Amino acid sequence: MADSLNIQELEQVVVRFSGDSGDGMQLAGNIFSTVSATVGNSISTFPDYPADIRAPQGSLTGVSGFQVHIGAGKVYTPGDQCDVLVAMNAAAFKTQLRYAKPNATIIIDTDSFTQKDLDKAEFKTADYIAEMGVDPDRVIACPLTTMVKDALADSGMDVKSVLKCRNMFALGLVCWLFSRDLDVAFNFLREKFAKKPAIAEANIKVIQAGYDYGHNTHSSAMNVYRIESKTKVPGRYMDITGNKATAYGFIAAAEKAGLQLYLGSYPITPATDVLHELSKHKSLGVKTVQCEDEISGAASAVGASFAGALAVTSTSGPGICLKSEAMNLAVIMELPLVVLDVQRGGPATGLPTKSEQTDLLQVLFGRNGESPMPVMAALSPTDCFDAAYEASKMALEHMTPVVLLTDAFIANGSGAFKLPKLEEYPAINPPYVPEELRGQWTPYMRDAETGSRYWAVPGREGFEHILGGLEKDNKTGAISTNPENHDLMTRLRAEKVARIPVPNLEVEGDADDADLLIVGFGSTYGHLHAAMDELRAAGKKVALAQFKYLNPLPANTAEVLMKYKKVVVAEQNMGQLAAYLRMKVDHFVPAQFNQVKGQPFVVSELVNAFSQLLNQ
Amino acid sequence: MAYTAQDYKKGQPRWCPGCGDHFFLASLHKALAEIGVAPKDIAVISGIGCSSRLPHYMATYGMNTIHGRAAAIATGAKVTNPDLDVWQVSGDGDGLAIGGNHFIHANRRNIDLNMILLNNRIYGLTKGQYSPTSPRGFVSKSSPYGTVEDPFRPAELCFGARGHFFARAVATDAPGTIEVLKAAHAHKGASVTEILQNCVIFNNGTHDSVYDKEGRKKNAIYVRHGEKLVFGENNEFGLVQQGFGLKVVEIGKDGYTLDDILVHDAHCEDNTLQLKLALMGDGDGFPIALGVIRDVAAPTYDEAVTAQINEVKAAKKYHNFAELLETNDIWEVRE
Repeated sequence: MADSLNIQELEQVVVRFSGDSGDGMQLAGNIFSTVSATVGNSISTFPDYPADIRAPQGSLTGVSGFQVHIGAGKVYTPGDQCDVLVAMNAAAFKTQLRYAKPNATIIIDTDSFTQKDLDKAEFKTADYIAEMGVDPDRVIACPLTTMVKDALADSGMDVKSVLKCRNMFALGLVCWLFSRDLDVAFNFLREKFAKKPAIAEANIKVIQAGYDYGHNTHSSAMNVYRIESKTKVPGRYMDITGNKATAYGFIAAAEKAGLQLYLGSYPITPATDVLHELSKHKSLGVKTVQCEDEISGAASAVGASFAGALAVTSTSGPGICLKSEAMNLAVIMELPLVVLDVQRGGPATGLPTKSEQTDLLQVLFGRNGESPMPVMAALSPTDCFDAAYEASKMALEHMTPVVLLTDAFIANGSGAFKLPKLEEYPAINPPYVPEELRGQWTPYMRDAETGSRYWAVPGREGFEHILGGLEKDNKTGAISTNPENHDLMTRLRAEKVARIPVPNLEVEGDADDADLLIVGFGSTYGHLHAAMDELRAAGKKVALAQFKYLNPLPANTAEVLMKYKKVVVAEQNMGQLAAYLRMKVDHFVPAQFNQVKGQPFVVSELVNAFSQLLNQ
Repeated sequence: MAYTAQDYKKGQPRWCPGCGDHFFLASLHKALAEIGVAPKDIAVISGIGCSSRLPHYMATYGMNTIHGRAAAIATGAKVTNPDLDVWQVSGDGDGLAIGGNHFIHANRRNIDLNMILLNNRIYGLTKGQYSPTSPRGFVSKSSPYGTVEDPFRPAELCFGARGHFFARAVATDAPGTIEVLKAAHAHKGASVTEILQNCVIFNNGTHDSVYDKEGRKKNAIYVRHGEKLVFGENNEFGLVQQGFGLKVVEIGKDGYTLDDILVHDAHCEDNTLQLKLALMGDGDGFPIALGVIRDVAAPTYDEAVTAQINEVKAAKKYHNFAELLETNDIWEVRE
């Protein structure tokens, strides 16, 4: 009865699970988001890993977090600050509190706040709750480890295995707090541990224990929340990270095009999961080569493309530096190639596990010679699928390397992914050289409409040819240093890319009469959208135009950018998109919002900054 | 269908008159005709340098790519299409300096590439700088007082990277070149064929001791699997093992008979003696070894990739994208 008295309806809630890197916070978070998504809530997740390889247990640098945002309506970001913080130890409590709202509920395991733990976390007093300035009424302080041990006392499991279930107790408690149906969690675990039913049942027992503990002990003191779904899109869903969605997009595109998928890659954070994911799917015929270096990753992909594969190379910013020469080889040989750049903090090694949008100008311009290359940027974890599919289609149909930008934020973050139906995706038709050209074909003959040269894959008799990094004669395909020919070829390559059709830039919000147009690209879509929503809810006239296609730019770019009195370009770099748009659009002088902190934007900070602009 | 050398020829080579590349190209055309793979099924892939122009003179598929990356590019092509006959052509700078990493890893992986190393011990296209195979003290435009570094010995690098095939020929020796090219092609896995060749402009005479027939009679030994390691104008000399090394002996002298002479074993897994053969002739009183020095069968990368795909295909239940989706935790949102 206490439950029903205290149930509060919420629009949205943010939960952050935090603990040692080995505490299984990501699994707890994943199950919670799945359980929520099953009832039709919108979800967005984001893991925050430490950069340390293996920080000492219980230390401040070893804390990792996993944030889950669930909403009745659509959620666009993993949320700025959390409503519930789970802190599995003293270090997590200390470092993660800053991600919690002032009135957040905090769940802690008091068994992990011994003097030794407090010392490791550099607490000065024994009253750590007061030391952090937290209202004790907001804290669910429970001897979590003890209760897990009790729950599994008869299981016959060793201590280490028992302790691995601590995350499930926290999960059970959170599920109680948000009136979640445990059956979904149970099914999830039974499937995940299908081969180890004993582990599954132990985890299930602990979740139930956590749930019961909440129900029995705190029902009278704490509110229980319910988040009803309002914008249900019926269908079948899975939780997917951006990197996995990207890998799936390549697989889907290769299947649609009827081509082998080849990935040449070298391990690099935060792109490596794409290599991992694609390496699993040999039953789909995917070939992955873990190369000796970044250069070989790109170069071998060029070779694979020549031999007739959908060729991909995946990396992050430092890898792009090394791949640029091979990317340029694909430019001049006019071979299809997808270059995935999962951006991270730079320069040099920079912030390997953190997120930035600082490679834009590098991928647009960072190569020798006139080197036109299409560039796209995915908008969200789930959009990575469509973006990877589109980048592959673009590369194959226009015989060009294409750069796909994602970043650590959307690569590691996840969202509810409505299972795509491949038959609903557009066909992919590479311009294979027509049979009737046998005997008269030369490598740089072009399709009149697209300006793309034709593709002759080795094995076809009568189309033997030599490509290369040296400039070629437009007509014969032989090496040429003729000045007019080089000028012509340079223009033809540029024209081919310029002709690639991309959708118009969409304006969301107050498209007709906005006082401020927010402009961004790629992964900041969610945060910028959330900021726009807040401003509009406060009665402001605001619109958003988010670029997904950076080269070529949408045809209506200038029209959109010049339509509004005030425009702000917000990006996670020092103004690369703003500089690029100013170069492309005459008289365009935007305001700028730039942050390079390695962390996602904070919606409240965006709202403040944009409000100031509106008031100026 | 029978092919002639003409079927693999294209265009007019632009190398300097007398360049070793001309000789090698002619031998390659002839060897391919003897091997008989259709031009449509051959890809010749080079990097950058004088010798890397070679694909332009082939009526096959091919690429003249960027400096040093030929082995990496060839790897991607071969993995994608294992039926493609891939020849990777590099000079000593392209293959062993800027492309050194790809060279060793292609050998280590044992991917079925026919790797040709055209060794003239000089950078020719950039007009005369010392290369990673130039001897210590070598005077060039970039080393006017002589180099102060030791060169790579290609065989040593190949063997150090666990290479399973190494052969050597002199560019002007057409029969010798054709013979090793055919053996390289027949070998499954990475093969390295070093071609000793002259640069008439910037390093004239670098392989003089074996560049003509007379010189080879005196200064080279043709090694053939299963045959005695004998050499000299009348095969009067031979190689025997002494201690940890080899020794040149005159047959019939000092008590040595033909029975004492080593028999070449190119198929021996242990490369110790093969390496000793490969390193001979650096002004050390030994002849330069020509022919197939090492040719050991081993599983190839491209075959293993295909085999693994077939195994996993048989073991896994999903074989297309729609089935892949179903392997995930899926939930349904209803109206």
